[in-house]
Amino acid sequence: MMKRNGTPATNGARLTMTLDGEKVAFTRGETVYEVAERHRKEIPTLCYDPRLEPFGGCRLCVVELEGARNPVASCTTEAQPGMVVRTRSAALEVQRRILMEMVASENRDTDVDPMHGYASQEMADLLDRYDARSGRFEGAHSGTSRPDDDNPFIKRDYENCISCYRCVRVCAEQEGDYAISVMNRGFDTQITTEFGGLLKDSACTFCGQCIQTCPTGALGDLKALANREVPGETETTRTICPYCGVGCSVDVMTRGEKIVGVLPAMDGPANEGSLCVKGQFAFDFVHHPDRLSTPFVRDDDSGKLRPASWDEALDRAAGKLRKVVKEHGRRSVYGIASGRAPHEAAYMMQRFIRAGLGTNHIDNCSRA
Amino acid sequence: MSNPLADMDKPDVIFCIGTNMTECHPVAATRLKKALARGAKMIVADPRKIGLAEIADVHLPIRVGSDVSLLLAMAHVIAREGLVNEEFVGARTAHGEDFLKHVEQYTPEWAAEICECDPADIEKAALLYGGADRGAIYYTVGITEHICGVDNVQSLCNLALMTGNLGREGTGVNPMRGQNNIQGAGDAGALPNNYPGFQKVTVPAHQEKFREAYGREVDLEIGMTKVTALDLCGDGIHAMIIDGENTLVTDPDRHHCEHALKSLDCLVVIDIFMTETAKVADVVFPATAWAETDGVCTNTERRVQRLRAAVPPPGEAKPDWWILSQLAQRMGWDGFDFGSAREVFNELCALSPIYAGLDWDRIDQGEYQWPVPEEGHPGTPRLHEERFENGRGIFKMLEYRDPEETISDEYPMWLTTGRRLPQYHTRTQTGRSDGIDYLLSEETLEVHPDDLARLGLEDGGWAEMSNPRGCLHVKVRATGKSPKGTVFASFAFEDVPVNVLTGGGYDPVTQTAALKACPVALKPVGQPPALGQVGSGIELGRS
Repeated sequence: MMKRNGTPATNGARLTMTLDGEKVAFTRGETVYEVAERHRKEIPTLCYDPRLEPFGGCRLCVVELEGARNPVASCTTEAQPGMVVRTRSAALEVQRRILMEMVASENRDTDVDPMHGYASQEMADLLDRYDARSGRFEGAHSGTSRPDDDNPFIKRDYENCISCYRCVRVCAEQEGDYAISVMNRGFDTQITTEFGGLLKDSACTFCGQCIQTCPTGALGDLKALANREVPGETETTRTICPYCGVGCSVDVMTRGEKIVGVLPAMDGPANEGSLCVKGQFAFDFVHHPDRLSTPFVRDDDSGKLRPASWDEALDRAAGKLRKVVKEHGRRSVYGIASGRAPHEAAYMMQRFIRAGLGTNHIDNCSRA
Repeated sequence: MSNPLADMDKPDVIFCIGTNMTECHPVAATRLKKALARGAKMIVADPRKIGLAEIADVHLPIRVGSDVSLLLAMAHVIAREGLVNEEFVGARTAHGEDFLKHVEQYTPEWAAEICECDPADIEKAALLYGGADRGAIYYTVGITEHICGVDNVQSLCNLALMTGNLGREGTGVNPMRGQNNIQGAGDAGALPNNYPGFQKVTVPAHQEKFREAYGREVDLEIGMTKVTALDLCGDGIHAMIIDGENTLVTDPDRHHCEHALKSLDCLVVIDIFMTETAKVADVVFPATAWAETDGVCTNTERRVQRLRAAVPPPGEAKPDWWILSQLAQRMGWDGFDFGSAREVFNELCALSPIYAGLDWDRIDQGEYQWPVPEEGHPGTPRLHEERFENGRGIFKMLEYRDPEETISDEYPMWLTTGRRLPQYHTRTQTGRSDGIDYLLSEETLEVHPDDLARLGLEDGGWAEMSNPRGCLHVKVRATGKSPKGTVFASFAFEDVPVNVLTGGGYDPVTQTAALKACPVALKPVGQPPALGQVGSGIELGRS
């Protein structure tokens, strides 16, 4: 079914349904899952990503609906006036536990390093919640991993795949790239590119969205995982991507003084969880040994740049600038601000020129 | 952008011109793809069969620099077919009648001779955009980096004005800004004609305001642009302070630029790496980088957002604002005693009408899009909703002009330049991030297979590409992505410094460089130059 977000209620009448014995309001087009989420019912899901069309694949979000013979998937059921829904019951809990036991039995690993990606702990968390690590359905696994894919960004460990199709759907619906699809059914189900090739040879743009939506760690962020041994707790800092002008919000993951990875900010106003290959993966230039860590001045004798203290470099620059002003006047100094540095840099550059020299000889790099 | 990014999945008809959005603004492009999935139509005008063109309903492979002719003809068709929004034109614009008369002469057949497209496709595009309830235009520097950049933008405005596609959801004229804070650099006043907040330096009230704020007399006339300043190096301009720009590599006509910077008595560079530009400086200051710097940036939709430091900088690197304020103090100037980015930003807000309702704390969650004229104002996601800044939207009577340099027997191919998805600008950052080179490790010149055969070049072989400004060697790739007669290269790789060739003039109003259209000659060469040598193209290119 298609979600119809924001469709106004007919005739302005207030629509209500009964949720766990409580009368609650909803807007037309909302699913039972969305209504329940608003009321913090914490219905478990594995195939659900709020940015994607509901899929109804994992069946964990089933709820009891009065008048329906069997429990229904709340993510694909549109709320209707007068509905009576129970999100929790002994029977539902048993059903969900069995489902989790079966899902876990498909995989080689039930616990993966959180560095795999944003949603990578979802399955493990639900196994704990439903005490479902019994191993009683141990048997066949599904999915064949692709260690042959030598790309440096996306780990393709399909032996931990549960066929929730989130990666396929995020690639199609969120990115519009359609680089991956599902081949075969049942235990033979396999996420693959066209002709089963490498991601590099497909329509994949390496935006990393598949990694971030994967709930089991079948897909993993190889750049973050390379830092899994860096000591310390992972902390995140909200900032904005350093590349183009879209202004995507990111959560930079750090351990100690090291950036260990980047997570897309699902609530970022410009990107709503999307990123591209640069924002997702091109962060480690920050720690590159080529970074300048000291001022440099041109040596009078050798004519070459050599490291200097701040005092010496600031005095040298100020001295040379004062000499130019003295010899050629204040209008002979020009300032070029950066489109890559923050406002404060550009503001201070224009302040230097305008408040210091009284001219308007200031520009930024937007003309080329 | 006149409209917010969130509007990008709402138009009925999308018109992208001079924007390779899937590579240069990939996340914004995902919103367009959602609109297409919902049933929206898309027109793409671009010489190359870029990613957007692959998914467009109409692709107009215009010859580089011919945009005005196409847009005049589209206006002609819209007028002829009665698709003008009379109500909007009457209520909110000026010179509408003159404009409709003006475009009578510009038929699709006339334009087709110039822009080298099928007149039927021009007709189709015009009917689509003209017939849209919500038509939205998106452009990038493929529009502005021409000698007629301003004309191009105004041509787009004419189309939006005549169809009333402004000030409403899913419409607008929307430039996609290319750098994370290029909008903010302008907002903050790093422009020769504007104080912070786009207050013109020639207006006496503004002069008075800044005279008082900065406690000194201020020049009453506008300053020179960077382009003019580079022209006058050693002859009027004798010192430059350059922050975070690899001027030598990114600006047109590299030899000219190199000569200019070397003519200075004093060049001060602030950067995070020892760039080609830093290498010719007298003093280089190490700046803190992204994720090491607290600050503010403004995105392409005018959204003011916080940058936060997550890790300490290497060694003694310092924030740019600190470096410049310390330098000012060493110059002996008062009033530069700032203690934090917060203090600097709050001073900017106090002096800028578009930020008047903002301060450091208020922008914490990034929910404001300027203008925010006073505290409590919700911000302005969509411009021009009720009225235009200057009252009425004014139609401009434009005419097509050829690029300053056009192809000839000697230089028979058009070179156009741009970016590619994995690498950003001159690779100072992406080239130092692990794995990016796996996706793109070298530059190749994109050439149409027919041209390849005609010029005696080989797919995967090497070519010498030259014009009177210089020459370089580049590996060649056969692709139908390039139209016949036009080749493409990015400016990302230092061993293919395409800006030794570019430089055919500037827009007379903005002095934006014509980086998108440049005649060149191509011939096969047997041996590639030694790879990995910094600036090898330059040495080879001294002609």
